[in-house]
Amino acid sequence: MRGAGPARAAVIFGALAVAPLVLSAHWVVNLLIFTVMYAALASAWNVVGGYAGYPSLGHAAFFGVGAYAVAIWFSRHDVGSGYRPFLVLPLVGVAVALVGLPIAWVAMRTRADVFAIVTITLLFVVQVLAFNLRSLTGGSQGVGINPPPFPADTYERPFYYAMLVLLAVAVAVSYGILRTKLGLSLAAVRADEDKARGVGVRVTGVKLLAFAVSVGIAAMVGGVWAYYISFVYPQFAIDPLVTIGMVLMTFLGGKGTLWGPVLGAFILVPAQQYLAYRLGANQFYLIGYAAIFLVIMLLLPRGILPSLRERFRRRPGPAAPAGAAVDADLAAAR
Amino acid sequence: MTGLLEVDGLTKRFGGVTAVAGCSFGVGAGSITALIGPNGSGKTTAFNMITGYLRPDAGRIVFAGRRVGRPDPGGLYRRGLSRTFQQARVFGELTVEENLVVARGYSWPALFARRRTADDRGRAAALLAEFRLSHVAGLRAAELSYGQRKLLEFAAVLMSEPRLVLLDEPTAGVNPVMVETMERHIRERNAAGTTFLVVEHDMGFVMRLCDPVIVLDRGAPIAAGPPAEIQNDPRVLDAYLGD
Amino acid sequence: MHLFIQAVILGLLTGGVYALMASGQTLIFGVMKVVNLAQGAFVIAAAYLTYTLFTRFGVDPFLAILITTPLLFGLGVLVQVAFLRPLRREDASELSLLVTFAVALGIEGVLAVSYQTTYRSVQPSYANTSFTVAGYQINAVRLYACLLSLAVLAGLYLLLNRTRFGRSVRATVQNPTSATLLGVNSSVVSAVGFGLGAATAAAAGSIYGVLYPFYPGSHYDLISRLLSIVVLGGLGSVGGAIVGAGIMGVGSAVIAVEASPTWSDFSFFVVLLLVLLLRPEGLFGARARGAL
Repeated sequence: MRGAGPARAAVIFGALAVAPLVLSAHWVVNLLIFTVMYAALASAWNVVGGYAGYPSLGHAAFFGVGAYAVAIWFSRHDVGSGYRPFLVLPLVGVAVALVGLPIAWVAMRTRADVFAIVTITLLFVVQVLAFNLRSLTGGSQGVGINPPPFPADTYERPFYYAMLVLLAVAVAVSYGILRTKLGLSLAAVRADEDKARGVGVRVTGVKLLAFAVSVGIAAMVGGVWAYYISFVYPQFAIDPLVTIGMVLMTFLGGKGTLWGPVLGAFILVPAQQYLAYRLGANQFYLIGYAAIFLVIMLLLPRGILPSLRERFRRRPGPAAPAGAAVDADLAAAR
Repeated sequence: MTGLLEVDGLTKRFGGVTAVAGCSFGVGAGSITALIGPNGSGKTTAFNMITGYLRPDAGRIVFAGRRVGRPDPGGLYRRGLSRTFQQARVFGELTVEENLVVARGYSWPALFARRRTADDRGRAAALLAEFRLSHVAGLRAAELSYGQRKLLEFAAVLMSEPRLVLLDEPTAGVNPVMVETMERHIRERNAAGTTFLVVEHDMGFVMRLCDPVIVLDRGAPIAAGPPAEIQNDPRVLDAYLGD
Repeated sequence: MHLFIQAVILGLLTGGVYALMASGQTLIFGVMKVVNLAQGAFVIAAAYLTYTLFTRFGVDPFLAILITTPLLFGLGVLVQVAFLRPLRREDASELSLLVTFAVALGIEGVLAVSYQTTYRSVQPSYANTSFTVAGYQINAVRLYACLLSLAVLAGLYLLLNRTRFGRSVRATVQNPTSATLLGVNSSVVSAVGFGLGAATAAAAGSIYGVLYPFYPGSHYDLISRLLSIVVLGGLGSVGGAIVGAGIMGVGSAVIAVEASPTWSDFSFFVVLLLVLLLRPEGLFGARARGAL
């Protein structure tokens, strides 16, 4: 059974790696970029919202900070052969993760409800900052990035692969957490934080670590996104709908599972794009989105993967040996 | 007297109510000390302060020769002070075995090791055998009976090999057979060197098992001594029957 | 100094309107432990209704409240019964956040489809009238709005403290389980409580439309402010919400004149963070002690 997880990952990432070579139409690759982007964002969100049980509604703020960091730097500097922005991403990720630490320290003193409120407020504040710090962000005029000299035929590919690498990072981090005592500690925090403290779980430490890693990844994704769309405006870079997208996809696929957020993104992003395409620019799109949202929450509150797992578990079988449940947990997560 | 745990002048007020008022007592190493008293006498509040869940308004707590500073239940646990809760608290979504493994009090580097190392499993298996829980090791803790959960919670806080274990009503809500089981486990562990401080309402249990017995009333000790002495102490009767 | 006092007056008047919205928000949390992210959308929906009533039928915005509150009360009850009641108990508080957000999006979508996305405002003839008292300008609409808010809040207070229903609500806020054991019908209390919360949003929304221009996306601005207010005051505390609204109103008005209007929201958030740092439960919130 060991090795099944990595093997599954290899198949999934292999398929995703060849996808734009096989389906090379611009609109398909464009759709793939957004799908993989949301898969990475949702996986990152899942580390805090799923594993630690702290439903952040502010992740779009960190996505936006990453977007602005890349946009501001490369509005003033040359992108060279076009790959430089990708190379600075780790720097952006680490910097934002560090900024996230004190924020998490304050926000995570509160419990679920208030945490959600504090983080969504943070999102609006960062948006206000983006509008107000005009000399830096250009205010509502936005910031433009120098376009890269990529060939028109395969223009999207570098962005796609950058997103794919970030998805791999997010999934690898999640896998690492699930496989180590970090995951066990986070599960204890999620279940009963006070009790966890009392049995020596490093509650504050693992929470901060989860938050920092999560927002760091979100920021890197934001950086690639900014470079791809090449123009950053406050209302799109720091958009509550981006947060909600991550949350919704995670819930749909299965909160706290390894592949749930990815699955959720691969269902919802294409559905969303289809809706936007069919319903056009008018605002029926929002109503459709809200309707999908409500249906998921009411019919599948636990998500697809956990529901399937439940089905498997109910199957009669020999008595579970020690540790079978976590193995099943990890197996289903794979 | 130098005990494993020394409490000196511990005080806690909630609004206008003084729950614990200048409470001082010691727990000698190797003892099974009982903390009894009528409802509202401040036992649980004292417990919460000793274990770092509540910040005292005044007073000093010294555990194993070191002053307990800011409230930090995790740090205390890793230093060898464990506790259970009145309503058994276990992690329902984790398996029984994981409930033990997670409670080992890891250092930071150990958190990056595998979820359950062979060593973790060995130690957990030994405790599960001791507490006769081996057959449910793979079940989610939420699936256990209440008595089993109490046993699991007790077993789990032993994972860190604590020097002092605070048990908050170990027999509350469990059947008579389980009371005996609990008693046996405490005795065995005590014989192996673990010190206990027990809050308990079941007087038979206390009198059989504990020595010394400390009686709290209105937030402060009014008597302390061997169970036979306490049983015949008029002040204790007064406290329980009201004046 | 003159400018400062002028700002304080303005802030208090504005705070009155926010107090109304926030008290509904915090009431909903108190009764159901639901953080209602649709509260801002309810306000904007009421503002649009008022706009239609005013421009089509010439109904005065203050009179429109008599129509918007029952309508939004109904919408609130509907949302509670259809979307919140079916949620599973264990993760209801988390899911309800998302569900109410979805409701907000839905309302935004409906408003955007029916009214387009341009800014609107309700401009009755007295919109720009103001009095001068001891050298300070007091805008008539703001004054009426604040007075009306206080009246509605007083009504809410009476409802909660002087009626059988109010007793049930307060019992549910304090201890839902015991309330149920004592014969309180918690599903009715929840539905009506949510409806009442939406109704206060409606009353505030009718006024909001006169005070500020709005568009369907305005609910985001509102919800961020409302959430700050209720967290500052302490979730579930109506008194806290009123004080929080006062602090926010005065604070942002003062910063708007002393520094710059664009920074007023921002500085408020800094205050919120400081409060949370010192008192994670908010100014008037009960300290949650877990199960200890």
